[in-house]
Amino acid sequence: MTFLLRRLAGLAVVLVVASFLVYGLLYLVPGGPMAFLLGNRSGTPEQIAAIREQYRLDDPFLVRYLAWLGDALQGDFGTSLVYRQDVSALLGARSTTTALLVAYATVVIVAVGVAAGTLAGLRPGRADAVISALASAALAVPTFVIGVLLVIVLALGLGWFPVFGPGEGFLGRLHHLTLPAITLSLGSAAFLARITRASVREELGREHVETARSRGLAERHVVRRHVLRNASIPVVTVTGLTVASLLAGSVVVENVFALDGLGSLFVRAILQRDFAVVQAVVLVLVTAFVLVNLVVDLCCKALDPRLSR
Amino acid sequence: MTLLDVRNLGVAVPAARDWRTLVDGVDLAIGSGEAVGLVGESGSGKSMTARTLLGLTPPGARVTGDIVFDGDSVTGMSRRELRALRARRVAMVFQDPRAHINPVRSVGDFLTEALIAHLGHTPTEAQARATRLLADVGIPDGARRLRQYPHELSGGLLQRVMIAAVLAAEPELVLADEPTTALDVTTQSEVMAILDELRRERGMAMLLITHDLALAAATCDRLSVMYAGRIVETQESTALTATPRHPYTSGLMLSRPSIDTVVDRLPVIPGRPVAAYESGDGCAFEPRCAHAEAHCRDRRPAVQDLAGARVACVRAGELTLQGDTA
Repeated sequence: MTFLLRRLAGLAVVLVVASFLVYGLLYLVPGGPMAFLLGNRSGTPEQIAAIREQYRLDDPFLVRYLAWLGDALQGDFGTSLVYRQDVSALLGARSTTTALLVAYATVVIVAVGVAAGTLAGLRPGRADAVISALASAALAVPTFVIGVLLVIVLALGLGWFPVFGPGEGFLGRLHHLTLPAITLSLGSAAFLARITRASVREELGREHVETARSRGLAERHVVRRHVLRNASIPVVTVTGLTVASLLAGSVVVENVFALDGLGSLFVRAILQRDFAVVQAVVLVLVTAFVLVNLVVDLCCKALDPRLSR
Repeated sequence: MTLLDVRNLGVAVPAARDWRTLVDGVDLAIGSGEAVGLVGESGSGKSMTARTLLGLTPPGARVTGDIVFDGDSVTGMSRRELRALRARRVAMVFQDPRAHINPVRSVGDFLTEALIAHLGHTPTEAQARATRLLADVGIPDGARRLRQYPHELSGGLLQRVMIAAVLAAEPELVLADEPTTALDVTTQSEVMAILDELRRERGMAMLLITHDLALAAATCDRLSVMYAGRIVETQESTALTATPRHPYTSGLMLSRPSIDTVVDRLPVIPGRPVAAYESGDGCAFEPRCAHAEAHCRDRRPAVQDLAGARVACVRAGELTLQGDTA
């Protein structure tokens, strides 16, 4: 319990620091916020005054930061310069898309990666060779190539999956997200398979596994209760890091499949200098990242009693 | 009555196109309730011998010779028979309890899993039994210990847990592979005493593997000394310490420091120990032997009977070797 409280406190600190950096970035841009907001245009005095008024540029930095933070805590990230909409409204639907995509990809990564890795770890020989070769191939091919190939074969060729669009209803969305999720997960699943394989191999050679065997326990029992149980600790850690990186990594996939998610919004916002959106997206991503790490830490602590000191 | 009878045991592992011999021509017999010591340096093949008795050889290893346990051939056993043998009849105490007990499972899990799997105990019964077993090995607050994890226990306590786990199976033979080597000196004798006492009480036979000749002599009825994968000498413990027949045994005893006399430099056996696959055609100990002669290099010395001892040395009959002077 104290562990959880301590971790939550740490999480709050990380978020405050991150929000400060995110907000402060605007003021590190050459030419200051005004040049940033106006871009290449030279605004009329009225426009400049309006902007100064809207962004409270005349207030001291800290006051503005605290006001922004206060609003952000209540879910108000300001107004998008480009869309002329509340940023929170812009984020809402897109966060759902990205969250669904990442969750879907996570399921695929864990299911495929852990299963393939365990199989390769437990069965040296042909199964191992095939899985290792496939994993190397999947790791070597860039995401966008996999995406395009999947679209050509499964969507255009066989017509099993739609090429783009969000889909209607939960099942419809899942259907539409299947190809993006596979694309997003393939490299990570291969990576996780390799980690799982190595981890299972290492545990198989451990002395305590020899002890379990020497006690006449059935091989299935030994594998389940000693090999896989212990091998799961590094696998959970790597899974967490992988999922966290997917949050940012979904940008490419969202672009390939024309999905309106956080990633594509983020890229467009940066290109269009829509700073309120950039700040909000970064903050959401940082929060998600930190939360995923918290979950991983909790899992590891539950799996490995040596960590609870 | 002979419980375990090992004849001409050989173990080799594949190494780059060739076989690498680890154990060669080992004969070993253990009677019911008897304690036999297997003494030798690191790499002499004693641990491998013990593991082979349970079928715990590395993958791809080639085992030759016969291992007969209570009339049944272990080398010819199916996986199921081998599991039954390990579960109820022959148990092993390993050297390093910290590595040999799963660190992420509780002590209770470790003790009860075999009880539940093999003896059909319910978890509650198994818990109660495990607590009693811990009391037997001198751990009074067993119920609390069962909830703890290996990293929360000292090495000595963990080795007692390991011994308790072995007692739980009520085996006929205990293979103790350097059970005290990983412990600090003060706990070594305690743990050894507990193991030996409980073994005697329950009438279990023991194969004690150690590099500590004095410990083995104090605990065991009979000793076999191993060098380079072969047994070079077997005698009753008292006879072996008084009149060693093999130059290697004598060398081992002479290189032990005495607590009574002060010497500048400990006598050592010159050279370094060799593994079975490194030795030439002749006697494996010949390059380090003070009594070696030209014909020692010709072929492996056969094991001969000599006044109650079995010795693999061609000169055993003519030599008078120094034993433990203490």
